[in-house]
Amino acid sequence: MSTPDTREVILEARELTREFDGVTALDKFSFKLHRGEVLGLLGANGAGKTTAMNCMLGLTLPTRGELFAFGKALHAHRIEILKKANFSSAYVSLPGNLKVWQNLLVFAQIYGVPNPKEKIAELLELLEVAHLRDRVTGQLSAGESTRVNLCKAFLNDPELLMLDEPTASLDPDIADKVRKVVRKVQAERNIGILYTSHNMRDIEEVCDRVIFLHKGKIVAEGTAAEIVKKFSEDSLEGVFIKIARSGDLEA
Amino acid sequence: MNLRVIWALVLRYIFLYTRNPVRLVEMVFWPVVDLLVWGNLTLFIQSNSDAKFAQYIVFLLGAMILWDIMFRAQQGVAISFLEDVWTRNLLNIFVAPVRTTEYLSATFAVGLLRIAVTGVVLGSIAWFGYAFNIFVLHWWLVPFFLNLMVFGWALGMISTALILRWGQAAESLAWAVPFFIQPVVAVFYPVAQMPGWSQPIALAFPATHIFEGMREVMKTGTMSWSHLTIAMLLNVLYLVAAGALFFWILQLTRKRGLLTKFATQ
Repeated sequence: MSTPDTREVILEARELTREFDGVTALDKFSFKLHRGEVLGLLGANGAGKTTAMNCMLGLTLPTRGELFAFGKALHAHRIEILKKANFSSAYVSLPGNLKVWQNLLVFAQIYGVPNPKEKIAELLELLEVAHLRDRVTGQLSAGESTRVNLCKAFLNDPELLMLDEPTASLDPDIADKVRKVVRKVQAERNIGILYTSHNMRDIEEVCDRVIFLHKGKIVAEGTAAEIVKKFSEDSLEGVFIKIARSGDLEA
Repeated sequence: MNLRVIWALVLRYIFLYTRNPVRLVEMVFWPVVDLLVWGNLTLFIQSNSDAKFAQYIVFLLGAMILWDIMFRAQQGVAISFLEDVWTRNLLNIFVAPVRTTEYLSATFAVGLLRIAVTGVVLGSIAWFGYAFNIFVLHWWLVPFFLNLMVFGWALGMISTALILRWGQAAESLAWAVPFFIQPVVAVFYPVAQMPGWSQPIALAFPATHIFEGMREVMKTGTMSWSHLTIAMLLNVLYLVAAGALFFWILQLTRKRGLLTKFATQ
């Protein structure tokens, strides 16, 4: 029996349910994310990952269930919670018609970052994109854009970070760099991260614990190694395919 | 409300317009075209009319400038929102610690900046090109300006709410909404000249009372306070109703999961 995690719970969902036009996208989804933990959310397209993240960001209201961050109800303390959180997604951009430093300065102001120019310079160096400071954001490559988005996500030194497929459409070299930076910053600053991805390498290298979703329900939960063993597969990818095709919980 | 957050959102637009001169040109281009058309029309009618009518025809220029104030205020709200949609930045804003009131306040401020720029350009062209001095309205210009700006904000919130609800199919409303009411708010002609059935409709809009007041000031040098009072009271009603509509539709889009679909298309 594993030792219970005694770290502070910074994000918690209790029986989170989301229904759209008769379809149940999330079905009594419950989990806890601890401070300093990276929790991966895996599942096939339509499994409910994005719906779960959207509920946690307050972009979609759950049909039933409760959400808490830092011990407070998300709905009632949204602004207070968002000041300590941040978000990055492969599907959401910074305005492409502004320069990189301009975009980051706007968000630094929104988050009330002290010494914003120094912070921006520090993050651009960390993500190895300092040379892009004066480039127009819309002219960046996918890899450059992802790293600039991560600069935005780290601006306010968040305690809670939500990363939605951060390495989508990145080449292996850049994807590896992104994973290493995420892990480095997470360890240094003890950030709790909720991480969705289709990339098994991401999950294996970055995540401490994984939740598999299938048709809105949790079908597996644990470390990557535990899940692989439980399903008698060779790899997490094998488990993913097995679940995606059958949703079979039995190992 | 956090002024720093509002300033940050306004800063984005300042960067946008100062970085790209084409946008600055675009902001004044259409108002200048309108002014030139109406200005030339005014000159033509003046030169072909008796002296008394020619004196009144200059109302057209004043009406055109004041109409543009209202239109730019509405555009400030709607276009600010659409900029975030087009650049796929909307979700970044909604997951940042930005209250809806702060977001709307920033769009109002952007509208005010747009009005300031186009107002100066139009006023200058009207004066140097057509010998029309907008300050013939004297201090009445201030309450006229403020009331039209507030009504423009209300229209902006309404058009943005409709776009939120119906998505990209409704984007044209960002431009169309003011023109739905232009025929009935007595911009270029007095209410008394409108068909009888449309007059009560006209008087239900605050802008109508401002344009009526404008013509009264230009004709007599003074204005009855009733027009201004009614305009202010109607503006309070429209602003509250538009705000309620916006908040309701935003909540509805969150409930139906439409916000993320719309913002990532």
